[in-house]
Amino acid sequence: MNKYERNIGFNDYFSPAQWFDPKETLESKVKRAKEQLDLHVRDTVAWHFSPETGTPFWLEKAKSYQFNPIKDVQCFEDLHLFGTFEDEWLRGGPVDRWVPRGLIGNPVYVFETGGTTGLPKSRIVLDDFRIDYEMMSETLPDQHFPKGSNWLMLGPSGPRRLRLAIEHLAQHRGGKCFSIDLDPRWVVKLIKMRQIEMANLYKEHAIDQALAILAGGHDIKCMFTTPKLLAALDEALRSGKLEDKFRSFGRKVPLGGLRSIKATGITGIFSGGTEFTPQFTREAYEEMLDSGDVYMTPTYGNTLMGLACSRPIGPHDGFKITYYAPQPRAATEVVDPKDYSKKVDYGQTGRVLLTTLTREFFVPRFPERDEGEREMPYERYPWDGVSGVRTFSELAATTVVGVY
Amino acid sequence: MIRIPSLRLGKPYESLSKTTLVHHVTGEPVAEVSQVTGSQIIRDISQMANARRELASIPMKELIARVKEAAKIFLEDTLECGNTSQNFEDYIRTLSSTTGSPMVFCRRNAAKVGYVMGNIDEILAGLTRGMDLAILDKGHSKQDGRTLCFYPTTDALGAILPSNSPGVHSLWVPAIALKIPLVIKPGREEPWTPYRLLMAMKKAKIPSSALNFLPTDHGGAADILRGCQRSLLFGDSATTDPYKSDHRVEIHGPGYSKVLLGSDTSAQFDNYLDLLVESVAANGGRSCINASAIYTHSHGKELAEALGKRLARIQARSWDNAEAEVSAFANPDVADRISGMIDGLLATPGAEDVCQRIRGTPRVYKEGRCAWLLPSVILCDSPEHPLANKEFLFPYVSVIQCPQEEMLARIGPSLVVSAFTGDPEFTQQLLDSRLVERLNIGPISTVRLSWDQPHEGNLFTHLYRQRAFAEASL
Repeated sequence: MNKYERNIGFNDYFSPAQWFDPKETLESKVKRAKEQLDLHVRDTVAWHFSPETGTPFWLEKAKSYQFNPIKDVQCFEDLHLFGTFEDEWLRGGPVDRWVPRGLIGNPVYVFETGGTTGLPKSRIVLDDFRIDYEMMSETLPDQHFPKGSNWLMLGPSGPRRLRLAIEHLAQHRGGKCFSIDLDPRWVVKLIKMRQIEMANLYKEHAIDQALAILAGGHDIKCMFTTPKLLAALDEALRSGKLEDKFRSFGRKVPLGGLRSIKATGITGIFSGGTEFTPQFTREAYEEMLDSGDVYMTPTYGNTLMGLACSRPIGPHDGFKITYYAPQPRAATEVVDPKDYSKKVDYGQTGRVLLTTLTREFFVPRFPERDEGEREMPYERYPWDGVSGVRTFSELAATTVVGVY
Repeated sequence: MIRIPSLRLGKPYESLSKTTLVHHVTGEPVAEVSQVTGSQIIRDISQMANARRELASIPMKELIARVKEAAKIFLEDTLECGNTSQNFEDYIRTLSSTTGSPMVFCRRNAAKVGYVMGNIDEILAGLTRGMDLAILDKGHSKQDGRTLCFYPTTDALGAILPSNSPGVHSLWVPAIALKIPLVIKPGREEPWTPYRLLMAMKKAKIPSSALNFLPTDHGGAADILRGCQRSLLFGDSATTDPYKSDHRVEIHGPGYSKVLLGSDTSAQFDNYLDLLVESVAANGGRSCINASAIYTHSHGKELAEALGKRLARIQARSWDNAEAEVSAFANPDVADRISGMIDGLLATPGAEDVCQRIRGTPRVYKEGRCAWLLPSVILCDSPEHPLANKEFLFPYVSVIQCPQEEMLARIGPSLVVSAFTGDPEFTQQLLDSRLVERLNIGPISTVRLSWDQPHEGNLFTHLYRQRAFAEASL
């Protein structure tokens, strides 16, 4: 039993290392992964719908079902019985309706998404962010993310899971995390008001905080950031702003200067955001990260799912970014936008349908705001992936994304 | 398929992100254009101080000779165009194919750009009012016994360019001769002219690092305007309004150019019909120097009828027809939207599309996947009518009868005003007006420009500032 099981009877931590054996064939891994997923579907549904451990929201919902979730849902495909999850259900309180009875009494975090207009969507979390990031930690190469090293969290703060998750990742790997203040809701407001200059000033303010941390002698080696902030940090470094910061703190600028991300001592970057295009990735690799000397791993995630890791990126693959959900805790499907029951063929474009299956949170078949291409299973992630993730074209005109 | 790279510090860069340009008639893909990101743009702009130093090290005399050589190359040579090469005719054909602008317009406008480069000394003399250009080699000099000293306001000129007419490129090409590198964002459908111009400059030994061709999205355009200390921005009001109070950005928005017929000429409007037609419809009516309003002291209705009759003869013709007079819209929805807007505003009483009535057919003409907008002459009963001061991408003009004494209070800001008058008092009032960028007194078309006089901003004063200077020997 791992430290998060809390004596609840089913496993909720799945080490990615179980797929690392190069001797096992992909076919065998795919079969094993599907069996694991189906078992986890049964465990999760039984947990959320049993009167002893179940989640008030789902127990109430079940009263209107023409099926018995515990009996009739035996495999992943059976989840279609739930229809699709509506994220509107997450707006407003009481959030207690999302806390499974089996977990009552434990400390609960509330994380929010969006929130620039109206009621934000809320999600309760106990340990999921820790589990997700510990699983992800197993996939990070130690030579670029050295154990014990300190992290810079150059991303959103506030009621977001990401902020705590990165701090936990740093601690889990034996380091400490230094953070900035960044309110993306304010940035969205500025953009909607067409206050572009002010939005740029706010970005500079965020970068200035990061420079102060980098100049503070904290021996930062790892960083989380977003594509936009990575580019902004690179711009600031190239224009000598970190060197200026060193001087303003009375510190000596090291020989060779501090005009690149590599020169700051950062060796590994964990980055996230849907605006990760192959072109941006190539630019980052070639022009910001010294042709891969600084390692970057893009991820795709959100408060509902956790995070999906990508295959290693680089020129060998045309900088294509293919994400794989942390199955079986979450699974993504690429489906026909007009019929969510139909997966598109490999290589074809469809909408991303997300399912989250954890002890804390059950989200069956949620249509994400993104689209992408369906990808084949891969040695280390022997299940379907999704590449080319971008805002779903029907929503693109009305959605403000990637503001930080 | 032609693959056009971006040019970063003059070096071709093929991006993983591309836009596809299609033939406006067939819809077939013609070219893929490599797109760069805003952060790449900012990174390249950070190199412009070095690029400017390299360019500035070339003596003016030599630089002018190289720009003149580039003009010749632009007009005559076969030049690399991504994965292929193009002679001048190939260039004209592809330019027309993606913009919908007839080949005859493309050729005429390209010749204008070639003329500006080929006569760059005359153009610079106009911009600097005859200053000895050698001053820019050293930064200061004496001329007519007076000390003159200028310093550059920027390390690069950014230019956010349109797709509607290649003639606009004549406005930024002098920057190179003024020793200022270029950071160009081409219009989406018109990468052809800027790319060919830069390739011609490269062949004429202009330093590559000064030649940046950076196709990008709106965010990237904003990064050019943010990163360059001086820029030119072409676009409609929605694009240009956020930069109205940014002195670093010279805005080239709608022109609202006009013809005024005074009390001494309005009764003889017939004598000026050719000039009015030219002012409204030359170059397909797409330029900011095309007249979009005619104010006449009298005979408004008669003038509108006569002009409507002349303009109603204009027909939609194919892009490769030498008689073509109006451009096609590569995206037919745009033509529908413009026409719909005009019809909506015609619902306000007091205006009529005289030209449409005379022609007897709607202003939108469609054939295959193309659409054209045929001329509109809107007779308005008052300068307050919402169609009295509008400008569109086709031969559109409003005709307003208005007493001469009230005209200057009514016309609003105007890029070009051609006032057909011999009245000294009216002439003086026009000369005193702060509303007019270029003023023509007498029977002169609004589209006739004199190259030795800048008509919309002055590139030299945009790129250089004068300062007081003194020097003493140690």
